[in-house]
Amino acid sequence: MAQQETDPETERQTDRSLTMSRAMVEAIAHEMREDEEVFYMGEDVADYGGIFDSTEGLLEEFGCDRIMDVPISETAYLGAAVGAAQAGMRPIAELMFVDFFGVGMDQIYNQMAKNTYMSGGSVSVPMVLTAAVGGTYNDAAQHSQTLYGTFAHLPGMKVVVPSTAYDAKGLMHNAIRDNDPVVYMFHKRLMGIGWLPAPDGPKTPVPEDDYTIPFGSADVKREGADVTVVTLGLHVHRALEAADDLADDGIDAEVVDLRTLVPLDTETVRESVAKTGRLVVVDEDYRSFGVTGEIVARVAEDGLADLEAVERVAVPDVPLPYARPMENEVVPDAEDITSAVRAAHGDE
Amino acid sequence: MYEAMVTARHYEERLQEEYLEGKQPAFDISAGPIPGELHLAAGHEASGAGVCQHLRDDDTVTAPHRPHHIAVAKGVDLKRMTAEIFGRETGLSKGKGGHMHLFDPDVNFACSGIIAEGCPPAVGAGLAAKKRNTDSVAVAFLGEGAIDQGAFLESLNMAAVQDLPVVFVVEDNDWAISMPKERVTDVENGAQRAGGFDLPGTRVDADDAVAVYEAAREAIGRARDRNGPSLLEVQVHRRMGHFMGDPQAYRSDEDEEAAQQRDSIDRLEADLRAHGVDNETVASLRSSAQERVEEAIEWAKEQPEPEPADAHEDVFTNPPSGVTDSEPNAAKTETGGDD
Repeated sequence: MAQQETDPETERQTDRSLTMSRAMVEAIAHEMREDEEVFYMGEDVADYGGIFDSTEGLLEEFGCDRIMDVPISETAYLGAAVGAAQAGMRPIAELMFVDFFGVGMDQIYNQMAKNTYMSGGSVSVPMVLTAAVGGTYNDAAQHSQTLYGTFAHLPGMKVVVPSTAYDAKGLMHNAIRDNDPVVYMFHKRLMGIGWLPAPDGPKTPVPEDDYTIPFGSADVKREGADVTVVTLGLHVHRALEAADDLADDGIDAEVVDLRTLVPLDTETVRESVAKTGRLVVVDEDYRSFGVTGEIVARVAEDGLADLEAVERVAVPDVPLPYARPMENEVVPDAEDITSAVRAAHGDE
Repeated sequence: MYEAMVTARHYEERLQEEYLEGKQPAFDISAGPIPGELHLAAGHEASGAGVCQHLRDDDTVTAPHRPHHIAVAKGVDLKRMTAEIFGRETGLSKGKGGHMHLFDPDVNFACSGIIAEGCPPAVGAGLAAKKRNTDSVAVAFLGEGAIDQGAFLESLNMAAVQDLPVVFVVEDNDWAISMPKERVTDVENGAQRAGGFDLPGTRVDADDAVAVYEAAREAIGRARDRNGPSLLEVQVHRRMGHFMGDPQAYRSDEDEEAAQQRDSIDRLEADLRAHGVDNETVASLRSSAQERVEEAIEWAKEQPEPEPADAHEDVFTNPPSGVTDSEPNAAKTETGGDD
C-alpha cells in the first residue's frame, strides 16, 4: 500500500496491527499528553468509551475533566467547543451519529465553519468534530447516513474520512494539530468493534510513534491500468474486493482512496484517469449533488479529453430503509462496483 | 392498565428472544431476524399505561426511540408493529422505519430516533387542535436525558405562550445510555423545568402506575379543557442496557439490582390484590396478553420481506416527474408525475 509520510522515521516497520478505533485513540492520547489544551467531549465518551470505541480507555488516563461526558445538548456542547477553540484551546467534540448533526447544525456551519472567514481571519477555530457515519446494519434512516457531501459542500470545514487504521492515526494527528475546524468522519463498520464486525482491511500495521498524513493527499490503495475507482471510507474496501474479482477476468482496476474531501486531491484522481481513461466514483452518501458528482465534474473540468467512460455508484436519493433487502438495495456493495467497472470498461 | 403493562413486558421479553437469535455466539448487531439497534423499555411500563389510559385515538402521541410500551398502551396495531420490527412488507412502515420509527396514523402515534425531537411535532398537533377547535390533546414522551435538549425547552415555551393542549411526559430511568442524570442535570426533579415556563410540573415517584394514572388524568384533563400545557415526570427504571448488546460496564451491580427490585408491574399487582382482585383474574389478564403477543409475533414472522425495489418508493407522496436520482437500475415509481 502506498503511503505518504511526513516523517521518514515512522517508516520503520512494525508488526503491530491495530483496529481503526485503537489507532484513532492512540493519536488522541498522544496529542493530549503533548498539549494540555486538548480535550474531548461528547455523549457517552467517558465511562462508556464512546459508543463506537472512539475514546476507549482515555478516561482512565486523563480523567473526566479532559474526557468529558456532556448533557444531550448538541447545540450547547458543539457550540462550547467552538467557543473554547476560539479561546485558544483544542477541543475534540464527538457527534455520536452524524445523523444528529441537525440538532446542532447552526453551531457547526454558521459558527465553527464561518467564524474565521467572518472575522477576516482574525479568529481561528482549532477544533475537531468527530462523527460516526454509515449504514450496513439496518438501523434505518436516522442512524445510517453518511453525509460526506453535506459537510464538504459547506465552506470552512476540512473533512477527513479514513479507511484504515494507519490512515486514521496519521489523519487524527493532523486534525488535532490543525488550526482550522476539521470534521473527522469515521465509518462504524471500520472501527473494529465487537458487535459490528469489520471487513478485512481496516486493521493494519500502525507505527507506535506519531506521524501525520497531510490533508489533500489521496492514496492509491491498488494500482491498475484499466479503470480508476475513486472512493472513500468503507467503500475503499468494497472497491478493493471488487477489484480482486475483476482481476480474475483480466480487468485491472486502480482504487484511489480520497482520504480527505476538503481539501480534495484532484491531481491524484486526474493522473489516474489520464492513465486509465475510465472513471468510476463510489460513495455511500446520496447520489445527487454529492461526492460522486463533484469528482466527475473536477475530472471533466481538467481532463475531459482523458475521459472515455464515467460511472457513479452511490445511494440513490432515498432515506436509508430499515429492512435488510431494501438497505442492501440502496447501499452499494462490491457487486454494484464490479458492474459499474465493467460498464465503464465497455463490457456488457 | 395492568393488561397494557403485562402485554408490553411480555412483548419485550419475546422481542429480546427473537432479537438474540442469529446473533450468537459473538454478538453481531447486523445479524439475525431483527437487525439494527433494539431499545427495550422493560421497567418503563407504568408511564405508557398510566398516561395513555386517558387518551383517545384522535389524541396524538409522540414517543422517543424506546417506544414499544407507549405504542402498546396507545393501541398501535400490535401485529403490524411487530412486522415492522421484523422488517416485513406489511409492517406499519412497510419495513422502512424499524423499531425506532413506528408510525400508526390510525391512532395518531409516531416516534423518532432523535432525542427530544418528538416534542415540536407534539406542539404542532396541539396547535392543530387549537386552530380546529377540537378537544383532542397531544402527549410528547421523552427521557430524562432529553430535558436539556433545545427542542424540549423550546417546545415547552411555545406550548406555554400559545396555551396549547400538550402534555410533556418525562420518563426518568436515571440513565441516558451511560450518563447518570446527576452528572448531566443539576435539577433532581425534571418537573422543575416547568417552572421556568410558568407551567404546572408534577413528579410521580416509585414506578407507581396508579399515581401516574392520577397525575396524567389531571394533566390531560387540563389540556382537554383548554387550560394549557403541563409537564409530568414519571420515575421508571431501566432493567436492561440502553440497547440490546450494551454491556453496561459503566453501571454498578447495585444499581442494576436496585432497578430489578422496583418493578411497576409487581407494585400494581399488589395494589390490585389489595383491592380484592383475585389470582384468577390476574392470571387470565396475563395469559390473554401472552396470547396476543404470540399471535402478533407468529403473524409477523410469516409476513413477506419487502422487495429490494420497494426501497425507491415513498420518498414523496406525490413523486415529482423529474426525480433527482437517475441510477440506471433503480426501480422507478411508474406513476411518477402522473397523479
